[in-house]
Amino acid sequence: MTFASHYSYWVTIVLMVAGLYIVIARGNLVKKLVGLSIFQTSVYLLYIAPGKLIGGTAPIVAEGFRVYSNPLPHVLILTAIVVGVATLALGLAIVVRVREAYGSIEEDEILAADRDGEGGA
Amino acid sequence: MTLAHLPALVVVVPLITAPVTLILRRPAAAWALATGACAFSFIAALLLVAEVAAHGTISYHMGSWAPPWGIEYRVDILNAFVLVLVSAVAAVAMPYAWRSVAAELPRDQVYLFYTMYCLCVAGLLGMTITGDAFNLFVFMEIASLSSYVLIALGRDRRALLAAFQYLILGTIGATFFVIGVGLLYLITGTLNLADMATRLVSVQGSRPELAALAFITVGVSLKLALFPLHLWLPNAYAYAPSVVTAFLAATATKVSVYVLLRFYFSIFGVQLVGGMLPMPEVLLGLSLIAIVTASLVALWQTDLKRLLAYSSVAQIGYITLGLSMVSRDGLTASVVHLFNHGITKGALFLLVGGIALRAGRPGFERLRGLGRSMPVTSLGIVIAGLSLIGVPGTAGFISKWYLVLGAIELGRWWLAAFVVATSLIAVAYVWRFVEAAYLSEPGGQTPAPGEPPPIMLIPAWLMVAACVYFGFDTSFSVGTARDAAALMLGVSP
Repeated sequence: MTFASHYSYWVTIVLMVAGLYIVIARGNLVKKLVGLSIFQTSVYLLYIAPGKLIGGTAPIVAEGFRVYSNPLPHVLILTAIVVGVATLALGLAIVVRVREAYGSIEEDEILAADRDGEGGA
Repeated sequence: MTLAHLPALVVVVPLITAPVTLILRRPAAAWALATGACAFSFIAALLLVAEVAAHGTISYHMGSWAPPWGIEYRVDILNAFVLVLVSAVAAVAMPYAWRSVAAELPRDQVYLFYTMYCLCVAGLLGMTITGDAFNLFVFMEIASLSSYVLIALGRDRRALLAAFQYLILGTIGATFFVIGVGLLYLITGTLNLADMATRLVSVQGSRPELAALAFITVGVSLKLALFPLHLWLPNAYAYAPSVVTAFLAATATKVSVYVLLRFYFSIFGVQLVGGMLPMPEVLLGLSLIAIVTASLVALWQTDLKRLLAYSSVAQIGYITLGLSMVSRDGLTASVVHLFNHGITKGALFLLVGGIALRAGRPGFERLRGLGRSMPVTSLGIVIAGLSLIGVPGTAGFISKWYLVLGAIELGRWWLAAFVVATSLIAVAYVWRFVEAAYLSEPGGQTPAPGEPPPIMLIPAWLMVAACVYFGFDTSFSVGTARDAAALMLGVSP
């Protein structure tokens, strides 16, 4: 087990932690969504990378091919990508509505606006 | 022949109804279709639970692909019970939605509400019934995405922020869950839950399995709002439209509890979760803190809807408290409370929605003298409130009774005393409503005398009646929960 043999895992972990950090640390709602997307993307890699075998082919029964790459993770992640896109689209739609209602997409300004106008709107 | 396909139809009917309501666009037609779909799911769920009780677990092969290759829908006594709860609340809330949604949403958005509602029902039922880990994730996201939209439909602009916060936390939760599932898939090479369970036995306690357990626990705990991961819940419940609050409070967190139970006891197994790891201790600690802090916070709310939302966090603490006992009585309490709290909170939020229709936000200053201006609604809230406390003769008492039994069985007398003592905090917050409604003179903000329309009162009172009924006749609720507990622990019923 060397650093290089687990290369894809290191990338996955870095993306995962970076994404999560952005979600927590940034007050801008759009930046939060960017972080969330990065976080979700890391999971795509977590699924897909182990499915690949070096020298593996497509899963076709034929003479001379013994090793094949697992196609199932690709199918799963295709679904997960759709889910991710839907989440991002919905998140952005809500941000647009938040901007219309509050005139800002900074979390602290929005919370301050709610404190001032308690019971308003 | 259709009976054999019930496990698929219970999910597919609301799922197909969703795009149809979108095309129809007419509010009345959308409402009628959605009501029909929810009623169908309810009847199908009742047939399924009867079938399972009589003939044991049903395994339905989607598209006739045999598991573990195809997606399997697996109905046993535990998830049949949850299916009944979800579809019952969905069906009962629909007649109520007709007036409530028309009053709270702009007319051009009403049909979209029914589309999202059907998607949410389909997602929750799918999460419950599926026997495939990745399919569960997809249904979880269907249910979550539609509930974010439903919450954002609230009139108050804070509903938008609540929906956004829930979207962020909910997506993190679901992503944690799918990371856990991915790790399990890497270990076992299968996504079928039953197959996964048998393959995990040989690697029990291995590090990837523990990591998967950790990810799934945190992910699902975010979804079920276990303290301290409950931060999204109070605002989401407080600002969502009334029907949405009632439906989500009664079902969404409960389905997540079911997912946790399923993974703990059917997949990781009781030896790992209950014996090798300190999971019971961790859950016990978090449940105790959840019950005390959330109940105390509920006491200080100025708004009845928020008060009930915090009370939900506390009540979820009781459910996980039962789980943490890892015993027959504890799990029975957990499953029974999942059901009883579902109907109790459903009743309360439906009644509060009636107040909201007449008074706007249900702040306490507007509830003064409500016992005289809205006597039927107030009486309903008091009865459901008694069930929330756990007074004998109501459904809530049955759950507390089994919790105390479970605690005594383990020799933890202090825990039994704790359950009784914390019920007193519930007495205090329910008393706040009684004080405002019955013991205060009507103020300037009290709504004029008059009840909400019968189409809203009758569904709400149906739920109130269920709270009382399940306090006396426990053969369905406790009987099913005991069988489910036996199934989870792998002992004969």
